[in-house]
Amino acid sequence: MIDKADSLLDAPVAPAAAAEAPPPAIAVVDLVSVLDGRPVLDGVSFDVPRGKTLVIMGPSGCGKTTLLRHLIGSMRPTRGRVELLGHNLGELAERDLEAVRRRFGILFQSGALFNSMTVAENVALPLREHTRLDAATIDVIVKMKLELVNLRAAANRMPAEISGGMKKRAGLARAIALDPEVLFYDEPSAGLDPVTSAEIDQLIIDLTDKLGVTSVVVTHEMDSAFRVADTMVMLDEGKVLRTGARQEFQLLRDGPPTGDRASDLIRQFLTGSSHGPITDRRLSGGYADDILMAAGRAGRPLWTGWR
Amino acid sequence: MVEAKLNSPVRQVRQEPQALVVTLAGDVDLHRTPELQQELVRVVERRPRRIVLDLTAVQYMDSSGVASLVKLLSSTRRQNIELKLCGMAPRVKSIFEITRLDTVFDICPALKDALA
Repeated sequence: MIDKADSLLDAPVAPAAAAEAPPPAIAVVDLVSVLDGRPVLDGVSFDVPRGKTLVIMGPSGCGKTTLLRHLIGSMRPTRGRVELLGHNLGELAERDLEAVRRRFGILFQSGALFNSMTVAENVALPLREHTRLDAATIDVIVKMKLELVNLRAAANRMPAEISGGMKKRAGLARAIALDPEVLFYDEPSAGLDPVTSAEIDQLIIDLTDKLGVTSVVVTHEMDSAFRVADTMVMLDEGKVLRTGARQEFQLLRDGPPTGDRASDLIRQFLTGSSHGPITDRRLSGGYADDILMAAGRAGRPLWTGWR
Repeated sequence: MVEAKLNSPVRQVRQEPQALVVTLAGDVDLHRTPELQQELVRVVERRPRRIVLDLTAVQYMDSSGVASLVKLLSSTRRQNIELKLCGMAPRVKSIFEITRLDTVFDICPALKDALA
Protein backbone atom coordinates (compact mmCIF):
# COMPACT_ATOMS: atom_id res chain seq x y z
CA MET A 1 0.00 0.00 0.00
CA ILE A 2 1.33 3.43 -0.90
CA ASP A 3 1.63 5.80 2.02
CA LYS A 4 -0.71 8.80 1.60
CA ALA A 5 1.87 11.35 2.77
CA ASP A 6 4.55 9.98 0.45
CA SER A 7 2.23 9.86 -2.52
CA LEU A 8 1.32 13.49 -1.89
CA LEU A 9 4.98 14.45 -1.81
CA ASP A 10 5.60 12.63 -5.07
CA ALA A 11 2.64 14.17 -6.85
CA PRO A 12 3.43 16.99 -9.29
CA VAL A 13 2.09 20.34 -8.15
CA ALA A 14 0.63 22.72 -10.72
CA PRO A 15 1.70 26.24 -9.64
CA ALA A 16 -1.50 27.84 -10.99
CA ALA A 17 -3.72 25.39 -9.13
CA ALA A 18 -1.97 26.06 -5.83
CA ALA A 19 -3.29 29.62 -5.76
CA GLU A 20 -6.90 28.65 -6.51
CA ALA A 21 -9.51 28.66 -3.76
CA PRO A 22 -10.41 25.18 -2.53
CA PRO A 23 -13.70 23.83 -3.86
CA PRO A 24 -16.67 24.42 -1.57
CA ALA A 25 -17.81 21.65 0.78
CA ILE A 26 -21.31 22.01 -0.63
CA ALA A 27 -22.46 23.43 -3.96
CA VAL A 28 -26.17 23.61 -4.75
CA VAL A 29 -26.71 24.46 -8.40
CA ASP A 30 -30.13 25.43 -9.84
CA LEU A 31 -31.88 22.86 -7.65
CA VAL A 32 -35.50 22.17 -8.56
CA SER A 33 -37.63 19.78 -6.53
CA VAL A 34 -41.16 19.03 -7.66
CA LEU A 35 -43.50 17.20 -5.29
CA ASP A 36 -47.02 16.24 -6.39
CA GLY A 37 -46.66 18.50 -9.41
CA ARG A 38 -45.74 21.52 -7.26
CA PRO A 39 -42.25 23.04 -7.26
CA VAL A 40 -41.17 23.02 -3.61
CA LEU A 41 -37.69 24.24 -4.54
CA ASP A 42 -37.34 26.35 -7.66
CA GLY A 43 -33.84 27.11 -8.94
CA VAL A 44 -32.00 27.19 -5.60
CA SER A 45 -28.24 27.89 -5.81
CA PHE A 46 -25.60 28.57 -3.16
CA ASP A 47 -22.18 27.39 -1.95
CA VAL A 48 -20.88 26.54 1.52
CA PRO A 49 -17.09 27.02 1.78
CA ARG A 50 -15.15 24.42 3.75
CA GLY A 51 -14.95 25.13 7.46
CA LYS A 52 -17.75 27.70 7.42
CA THR A 53 -21.27 27.73 8.82
CA LEU A 54 -24.30 28.43 6.65
CA VAL A 55 -27.67 29.15 8.23
CA ILE A 56 -30.78 28.37 6.16
CA MET A 57 -33.90 30.23 7.22
CA GLY A 58 -37.29 31.21 5.93
CA PRO A 59 -40.99 31.22 6.80
CA SER A 60 -42.77 27.91 7.46
CA GLY A 61 -43.40 26.01 4.25
CA CYS A 62 -40.64 27.82 2.31
CA GLY A 63 -38.84 24.55 1.47
CA LYS A 64 -36.18 24.37 4.20
CA THR A 65 -36.89 20.78 5.16
CA THR A 66 -36.98 19.65 1.52
CA LEU A 67 -33.68 21.44 0.91
CA LEU A 68 -32.11 19.69 3.90
CA ARG A 69 -33.28 16.32 2.53
CA HIS A 70 -31.58 17.10 -0.79
CA LEU A 71 -28.38 18.17 0.98
CA ILE A 72 -28.13 14.83 2.79
CA GLY A 73 -28.98 12.85 -0.34
CA SER A 74 -32.29 11.45 0.84
CA MET A 75 -34.11 13.10 -2.09
CA ARG A 76 -33.03 13.27 -5.74
CA PRO A 77 -33.37 16.59 -7.59
CA THR A 78 -35.99 16.98 -10.31
CA ARG A 79 -33.42 19.25 -11.95
CA GLY A 80 -30.08 20.77 -10.99
CA ARG A 81 -27.58 19.22 -8.61
CA VAL A 82 -26.24 19.04 -5.08
CA GLU A 83 -22.49 18.49 -4.74
CA LEU A 84 -21.29 17.40 -1.33
CA LEU A 85 -17.54 17.04 -0.75
CA GLY A 86 -17.04 16.89 -4.51
CA HIS A 87 -19.72 14.28 -5.22
CA ASN A 88 -22.87 14.95 -7.23
CA LEU A 89 -25.36 13.23 -4.89
CA GLY A 90 -27.99 12.81 -7.60
CA GLU A 91 -25.67 10.66 -9.70
CA LEU A 92 -24.33 8.38 -6.96
CA ALA A 93 -25.35 4.75 -6.65
CA GLU A 94 -26.73 3.86 -3.21
CA ARG A 95 -23.45 2.18 -2.15
CA ASP A 96 -21.39 5.23 -3.08
CA LEU A 97 -23.92 7.50 -1.40
CA GLU A 98 -23.48 5.44 1.78
CA ALA A 99 -19.72 6.12 1.67
CA VAL A 100 -20.37 9.87 1.38
CA ARG A 101 -22.92 9.68 4.23
CA ARG A 102 -20.17 8.45 6.56
CA ARG A 103 -18.41 11.76 6.00
CA PHE A 104 -21.25 13.87 7.35
CA GLY A 105 -23.34 13.89 10.51
CA ILE A 106 -26.88 15.02 11.21
CA LEU A 107 -28.33 16.41 14.41
CA PHE A 108 -32.04 15.77 14.15
CA GLN A 109 -34.53 18.07 15.79
CA SER A 110 -35.50 15.54 18.45
CA GLY A 111 -32.02 14.07 18.91
CA ALA A 112 -33.42 10.84 17.42
CA LEU A 113 -31.87 8.57 20.06
CA PHE A 114 -32.67 4.89 20.33
CA ASN A 115 -34.76 4.60 23.47
CA SER A 116 -33.65 1.03 24.18
CA MET A 117 -29.98 2.05 24.44
CA THR A 118 -28.09 4.13 26.97
CA VAL A 119 -26.66 7.49 25.95
CA ALA A 120 -23.19 5.94 25.62
CA GLU A 121 -24.51 3.05 23.51
CA ASN A 122 -26.24 5.55 21.21
CA VAL A 123 -22.97 7.43 20.70
CA ALA A 124 -21.05 4.19 20.17
CA LEU A 125 -23.48 2.89 17.56
CA PRO A 126 -21.96 4.52 14.43
CA LEU A 127 -18.47 3.50 15.59
CA ARG A 128 -19.57 -0.12 16.03
CA GLU A 129 -21.43 -0.16 12.70
CA HIS A 130 -18.94 1.64 10.49
CA THR A 131 -15.50 0.92 11.92
CA ARG A 132 -13.46 -2.06 13.05
CA LEU A 133 -12.18 -0.32 16.16
CA ASP A 134 -11.86 -2.47 19.27
CA ALA A 135 -14.23 -2.00 22.21
CA ALA A 136 -11.68 -0.12 24.37
CA THR A 137 -10.93 2.42 21.63
CA ILE A 138 -14.66 2.93 21.03
CA ASP A 139 -15.20 3.44 24.77
CA VAL A 140 -12.50 6.12 24.85
CA ILE A 141 -13.98 7.91 21.82
CA VAL A 142 -17.47 7.80 23.35
CA LYS A 143 -16.14 9.39 26.56
CA MET A 144 -14.37 12.09 24.54
CA LYS A 145 -17.52 12.93 22.59
CA LEU A 146 -19.68 12.97 25.71
CA GLU A 147 -17.15 15.24 27.46
CA LEU A 148 -17.26 17.54 24.45
CA VAL A 149 -21.04 17.98 24.84
CA ASN A 150 -20.74 18.05 28.65
CA LEU A 151 -22.74 14.84 29.07
CA ARG A 152 -20.21 12.34 30.40
CA ALA A 153 -22.09 12.00 33.69
CA ALA A 154 -25.19 10.83 31.81
CA ALA A 155 -23.39 8.12 29.83
CA ASN A 156 -25.29 5.25 31.40
CA ARG A 157 -28.70 6.86 31.53
CA MET A 158 -31.54 5.97 29.17
CA PRO A 159 -32.96 8.65 26.82
CA ALA A 160 -36.25 8.61 28.75
CA GLU A 161 -34.34 9.65 31.89
CA ILE A 162 -32.76 12.82 30.46
CA SER A 163 -34.08 16.27 29.47
CA GLY A 164 -34.74 17.51 25.95
CA GLY A 165 -31.56 19.56 25.97
CA MET A 166 -29.52 16.56 27.10
CA LYS A 167 -31.09 14.44 24.35
CA LYS A 168 -30.06 17.05 21.81
CA ARG A 169 -26.50 17.10 23.16
CA ALA A 170 -26.42 13.29 23.09
CA GLY A 171 -27.63 13.44 19.48
CA LEU A 172 -24.80 15.83 18.70
CA ALA A 173 -22.26 13.52 20.37
CA ARG A 174 -23.52 10.70 18.16
CA ALA A 175 -23.49 12.94 15.05
CA ILE A 176 -19.79 13.70 15.59
CA ALA A 177 -18.77 10.17 16.59
CA LEU A 178 -17.15 9.50 13.22
CA ASP A 179 -15.44 12.93 12.98
CA PRO A 180 -17.61 14.16 10.11
CA GLU A 181 -16.35 16.80 7.70
CA VAL A 182 -19.84 18.29 7.40
CA LEU A 183 -22.57 18.59 10.04
CA PHE A 184 -26.23 19.29 9.36
CA TYR A 185 -28.33 20.68 12.18
CA ASP A 186 -32.13 20.62 11.95
CA GLU A 187 -33.50 23.25 14.36
CA PRO A 188 -30.75 22.70 16.96
CA SER A 189 -32.20 25.27 19.40
CA ALA A 190 -35.87 24.36 19.11
CA GLY A 191 -37.46 23.74 22.50
CA LEU A 192 -34.32 24.52 24.47
CA ASP A 193 -33.90 27.04 27.29
CA PRO A 194 -31.68 30.04 26.40
CA VAL A 195 -28.62 28.73 28.26
CA THR A 196 -28.74 25.26 26.69
CA SER A 197 -29.37 26.89 23.31
CA ALA A 198 -26.30 29.10 23.73
CA GLU A 199 -24.24 26.05 24.77
CA ILE A 200 -25.27 24.18 21.60
CA ASP A 201 -24.40 27.27 19.55
CA GLN A 202 -20.96 27.42 21.17
CA LEU A 203 -20.41 23.76 20.26
CA ILE A 204 -21.31 24.51 16.64
CA ILE A 205 -18.83 27.41 16.67
CA ASP A 206 -16.08 25.33 18.31
CA LEU A 207 -16.49 22.45 15.88
CA THR A 208 -16.20 24.88 12.99
CA ASP A 209 -13.43 27.12 14.31
CA LYS A 210 -11.28 24.52 16.06
CA LEU A 211 -11.84 21.39 14.00
CA GLY A 212 -12.69 22.91 10.61
CA VAL A 213 -16.08 21.20 10.35
CA THR A 214 -18.43 22.66 7.73
CA SER A 215 -21.88 23.27 9.20
CA VAL A 216 -25.34 23.79 7.76
CA VAL A 217 -27.91 24.95 10.29
CA VAL A 218 -31.64 25.11 9.59
CA THR A 219 -33.22 27.30 12.21
CA HIS A 220 -36.03 29.67 13.13
CA GLU A 221 -34.17 30.97 16.18
CA MET A 222 -32.67 34.27 15.09
CA ASP A 223 -30.44 34.81 18.15
CA SER A 224 -28.90 31.42 17.49
CA ALA A 225 -28.66 32.06 13.73
CA PHE A 226 -26.69 35.27 14.20
CA ARG A 227 -24.40 33.63 16.76
CA VAL A 228 -23.30 30.75 14.56
CA ALA A 229 -23.59 31.95 10.94
CA ASP A 230 -20.79 32.93 8.62
CA THR A 231 -23.23 33.14 5.73
CA MET A 232 -27.02 33.00 5.53
CA VAL A 233 -29.60 31.95 2.97
CA MET A 234 -33.16 33.23 3.12
CA LEU A 235 -35.66 31.02 1.34
CA ASP A 236 -39.16 32.08 0.41
CA GLU A 237 -41.71 30.06 -1.54
CA GLY A 238 -39.03 27.65 -2.73
CA LYS A 239 -36.64 30.30 -4.04
CA VAL A 240 -33.52 31.92 -2.63
CA LEU A 241 -34.62 35.41 -1.69
CA ARG A 242 -31.12 36.41 -0.64
CA THR A 243 -27.80 34.88 0.28
CA GLY A 244 -24.93 36.73 1.91
CA ALA A 245 -22.65 37.25 4.86
CA ARG A 246 -24.14 37.42 8.37
CA GLN A 247 -23.24 41.11 8.53
CA GLU A 248 -25.42 41.90 5.50
CA PHE A 249 -28.42 40.32 7.22
CA GLN A 250 -27.59 42.17 10.44
CA LEU A 251 -27.71 45.47 8.54
CA LEU A 252 -31.12 44.53 7.11
CA ARG A 253 -32.41 43.52 10.54
CA ASP A 254 -31.21 46.66 12.31
CA GLY A 255 -32.03 49.15 9.54
CA PRO A 256 -35.37 50.80 8.69
CA PRO A 257 -37.84 49.35 6.14
CA THR A 258 -36.55 50.09 2.64
CA GLY A 259 -39.64 49.76 0.48
CA ASP A 260 -37.96 46.91 -1.40
CA ARG A 261 -40.29 43.94 -0.96
CA ALA A 262 -37.58 41.28 -0.66
CA SER A 263 -35.56 43.30 1.84
CA ASP A 264 -38.63 44.11 3.89
CA LEU A 265 -39.75 40.49 3.88
CA ILE A 266 -36.33 39.40 5.19
CA ARG A 267 -36.38 42.22 7.74
CA GLN A 268 -39.83 41.16 9.00
CA PHE A 269 -38.61 37.57 9.37
CA LEU A 270 -35.40 38.57 11.16
CA THR A 271 -37.14 40.92 13.59
CA GLY A 272 -40.14 38.64 14.16
CA SER A 273 -42.55 41.49 13.49
CA SER A 274 -46.27 40.83 12.99
CA HIS A 275 -46.42 43.55 10.33
CA GLY A 276 -44.86 43.27 6.88
CA PRO A 277 -44.93 41.45 3.55
CA ILE A 278 -45.15 37.95 5.09
CA THR A 279 -48.26 38.84 7.08
CA ASP A 280 -49.76 40.80 4.16
CA ARG A 281 -49.38 37.75 1.94
CA ARG A 282 -51.00 35.45 4.49
CA LEU A 283 -53.92 37.86 4.95
CA SER A 284 -54.52 38.14 1.21
CA GLY A 285 -54.40 35.09 -0.99
CA GLY A 286 -57.96 35.26 -2.40
CA TYR A 287 -59.82 35.22 0.92
CA ALA A 288 -62.94 36.89 -0.52
CA ASP A 289 -63.13 34.46 -3.44
CA ASP A 290 -62.53 31.57 -1.10
CA ILE A 291 -65.24 32.43 1.41
CA LEU A 292 -67.79 33.37 -1.25
CA MET A 293 -67.16 30.07 -3.00
CA ALA A 294 -67.73 28.27 0.31
CA ALA A 295 -70.98 30.13 0.76
CA GLY A 296 -72.04 29.23 -2.77
CA ARG A 297 -71.26 25.55 -2.17
CA ALA A 298 -73.52 25.60 0.86
CA GLY A 299 -76.38 26.59 -1.46
CA ARG A 300 -77.08 29.97 0.03
CA PRO A 301 -75.67 33.47 -0.30
CA LEU A 302 -73.15 34.67 2.28
CA TRP A 303 -75.21 37.57 3.58
CA THR A 304 -78.95 37.49 2.97
CA GLY A 305 -79.31 41.13 4.05
CA TRP A 306 -78.21 42.27 0.57
CA ARG A 307 -81.04 40.53 -1.21
CA MET B 1 16.54 2.78 15.45
CA VAL B 2 13.36 1.37 13.92
CA GLU B 3 12.19 2.74 10.58
CA ALA B 4 8.69 3.16 9.18
CA LYS B 5 6.34 0.44 8.01
CA LEU B 6 3.90 0.98 5.20
CA ASN B 7 0.57 2.47 6.34
CA SER B 8 1.86 3.12 9.82
CA PRO B 9 2.02 6.69 11.09
CA VAL B 10 5.11 5.70 13.13
CA ARG B 11 8.03 7.01 11.11
CA GLN B 12 10.85 6.34 13.51
CA VAL B 13 11.61 5.02 16.99
CA ARG B 14 14.96 6.08 18.37
CA GLN B 15 16.60 6.04 21.77
CA GLU B 16 17.86 9.37 23.05
CA PRO B 17 19.68 9.66 26.39
CA GLN B 18 16.59 11.17 28.03
CA ALA B 19 13.81 9.20 26.35
CA LEU B 20 12.59 6.83 23.69
CA VAL B 21 11.43 9.18 20.92
CA VAL B 22 8.61 7.99 18.67
CA THR B 23 8.09 10.14 15.59
CA LEU B 24 4.68 10.08 13.94
CA ALA B 25 3.92 11.57 10.52
CA GLY B 26 1.07 12.16 8.09
CA ASP B 27 -2.53 11.49 8.98
CA VAL B 28 -3.29 9.57 12.17
CA ASP B 29 -6.78 8.36 11.37
CA LEU B 30 -9.14 5.43 11.35
CA HIS B 31 -7.24 3.70 8.54
CA ARG B 32 -3.92 3.75 10.38
CA THR B 33 -4.81 3.38 14.06
CA PRO B 34 -4.65 -0.45 14.12
CA GLU B 35 -0.97 -0.30 13.03
CA LEU B 36 -0.32 2.63 15.37
CA GLN B 37 -1.73 0.78 18.36
CA GLN B 38 0.31 -2.36 17.59
CA GLU B 39 3.51 -0.35 17.36
CA LEU B 40 2.80 1.60 20.52
CA VAL B 41 2.33 -1.68 22.40
CA ARG B 42 5.81 -2.74 21.23
CA VAL B 43 7.23 0.64 22.31
CA VAL B 44 5.83 0.21 25.83
CA GLU B 45 7.17 -3.34 25.99
CA ARG B 46 10.68 -1.88 25.78
CA ARG B 47 10.01 -0.36 29.24
CA PRO B 48 11.78 2.98 28.78
CA ARG B 49 11.72 5.51 31.62
CA ARG B 50 10.21 8.13 29.34
CA ILE B 51 8.44 8.04 25.98
CA VAL B 52 8.25 11.19 23.86
CA LEU B 53 5.77 11.21 21.01
CA ASP B 54 6.96 13.73 18.42
CA LEU B 55 3.89 14.90 16.48
CA THR B 56 5.61 17.68 14.51
CA ALA B 57 4.95 15.95 11.16
CA VAL B 58 1.36 14.95 11.94
CA GLN B 59 -1.02 16.88 9.70
CA TYR B 60 -4.31 15.44 10.92
CA MET B 61 -5.45 13.30 13.81
CA ASP B 62 -8.97 11.98 14.20
CA SER B 63 -10.71 10.67 17.32
CA SER B 64 -9.42 7.15 16.82
CA GLY B 65 -5.86 8.52 16.77
CA VAL B 66 -6.45 10.50 19.94
CA ALA B 67 -8.06 7.42 21.54
CA SER B 68 -4.94 5.43 20.66
CA LEU B 69 -2.83 7.95 22.57
CA VAL B 70 -5.23 7.74 25.53
CA LYS B 71 -4.73 3.96 25.57
CA LEU B 72 -0.97 4.52 25.43
CA LEU B 73 -1.20 6.93 28.37
CA SER B 74 -3.22 4.41 30.35
CA SER B 75 -0.63 1.73 29.64
CA THR B 76 2.37 3.93 30.50
CA ARG B 77 0.80 5.09 33.77
CA ARG B 78 0.25 1.50 34.86
CA GLN B 79 3.94 0.82 34.27
CA ASN B 80 5.29 4.08 35.71
CA ILE B 81 6.57 5.25 32.36
CA GLU B 82 6.59 8.99 31.76
CA LEU B 83 4.80 10.04 28.54
CA LYS B 84 5.16 13.40 26.83
CA LEU B 85 3.65 14.66 23.58
CA CYS B 86 5.31 17.43 21.60
CA GLY B 87 5.22 19.41 18.36
CA MET B 88 1.47 19.53 17.90
CA ALA B 89 0.20 21.56 14.93
CA PRO B 90 -2.61 23.96 15.91
CA ARG B 91 -5.31 21.80 14.31
CA VAL B 92 -4.10 18.70 16.19
CA LYS B 93 -3.84 20.63 19.45
CA SER B 94 -7.41 21.86 18.98
CA ILE B 95 -8.67 18.27 19.12
CA PHE B 96 -7.02 17.83 22.51
CA GLU B 97 -8.34 21.18 23.73
CA ILE B 98 -11.92 20.69 22.60
CA THR B 99 -12.08 17.28 24.30
CA ARG B 100 -10.20 18.69 27.34
CA LEU B 101 -7.47 16.09 26.95
CA ASP B 102 -4.88 18.86 27.06
CA THR B 103 -5.41 18.69 30.83
CA VAL B 104 -4.76 14.94 30.86
CA PHE B 105 -1.61 14.71 28.73
CA ASP B 106 1.78 16.28 29.35
CA ILE B 107 2.09 18.39 26.18
CA CYS B 108 5.30 20.24 25.32
CA PRO B 109 5.72 22.83 22.55
CA ALA B 110 8.78 21.20 20.92
CA LEU B 111 10.95 18.09 21.10
CA LYS B 112 13.72 19.91 22.98
CA ASP B 113 11.21 20.81 25.71
CA ALA B 114 10.05 17.21 26.00
CA LEU B 115 13.65 16.02 26.31
CA ALA B 116 14.61 18.64 28.90
